[in-house]
Amino acid sequence: MKNWPLWEVFVRSKNGLEHRHCGSLHAADEDMALENARDVYTRRSEGVSIWVVKSSNITASNPDNNGELFEPAHDKVYRHPTFYELPDEVKHM
Amino acid sequence: MKNQNLYNYILGIADNSLILGQRMGELCGHGPSLETDIACTNISLDLFGQVRSYFQYAAKIAGDGRTEDDIAMLRKERDYKNVLLVEQPNTNFAYTLGRQFLFDVYHLAFLKELQKSTDLTLSAIANKCVKEVSYHERFSSDWIKRLGDGTAESKAKMQDAINDLWTYTDELFHQTEADKAMVEEGFGVDVTRLKEAYYTEINQVLEEATLTIPESKYFQKGGKEGIHTEHLGYLLAELQYMQRAYPNMEW
Repeated sequence: MKNWPLWEVFVRSKNGLEHRHCGSLHAADEDMALENARDVYTRRSEGVSIWVVKSSNITASNPDNNGELFEPAHDKVYRHPTFYELPDEVKHM
Repeated sequence: MKNQNLYNYILGIADNSLILGQRMGELCGHGPSLETDIACTNISLDLFGQVRSYFQYAAKIAGDGRTEDDIAMLRKERDYKNVLLVEQPNTNFAYTLGRQFLFDVYHLAFLKELQKSTDLTLSAIANKCVKEVSYHERFSSDWIKRLGDGTAESKAKMQDAINDLWTYTDELFHQTEADKAMVEEGFGVDVTRLKEAYYTEINQVLEEATLTIPESKYFQKGGKEGIHTEHLGYLLAELQYMQRAYPNMEW
């Protein structure tokens, strides 16, 4: 069981919301990963849908490059749509 | 007691879940991996939840002031009516899952019949349990296939477990006096009619798991009448310890 690959688990908590990353676990294959995710992450009725993705299939940005990737956005306030008034009916923006 | 047969009948169903729940609960913190540990404990909690519904109903029928806790915790070994299969120890993961699988297939078929009971409380409990037990059955039969069709070592261990536990399967279909009386009244499930489909399904999974179907025709029974294997006493000692040492203790 030490050789089981790592899987990332995404759970949708309600219909209409997006799947959110909630953690990871070990499993031998995708079927077992789903069952394990059900037992580990949804046993207090946290979800209505689960995705599992092998962690090795995820391409991640390198934290060393955070400066060049993310910092240029900090001082350009005009890129953020914060000057619009959102109607109350629009939720989850 | 006015309805001794119904009371005994409910205990017969509930004790299976109670004792198996305790066995699975023993694995809390001791499962082979974090994920399977949680899965086994989940099954245990499902079973204990079912037990509460049954014992609450039994306490109401007994009507002598005893609570669900008294019925669960304060009986002697000979008063427990569970089948021998569920009290067998967690020898290794193959035994744990083998025991679970051999019981789940029966349990699911039983609950599906109990849903049709003319006793509305029993059919309501069965309705609630059937989803949980469908998952148990899926989980345990998946593991039988994984271990059976896995490495040479996992296959050998799974085969040993099935061979050893096989002797306790026939008791599932043995009728007690309470069973017969309840079937006649339309409350109970005629377990003898579940037998053929049970072995067909078990054999299907074992074949898919590339395991050999045991040929032994020697079967043990007695649990339903309170005659248990040596393992139950130890299990009850742990289950009842707190109530025996500190009577009436509460959380």
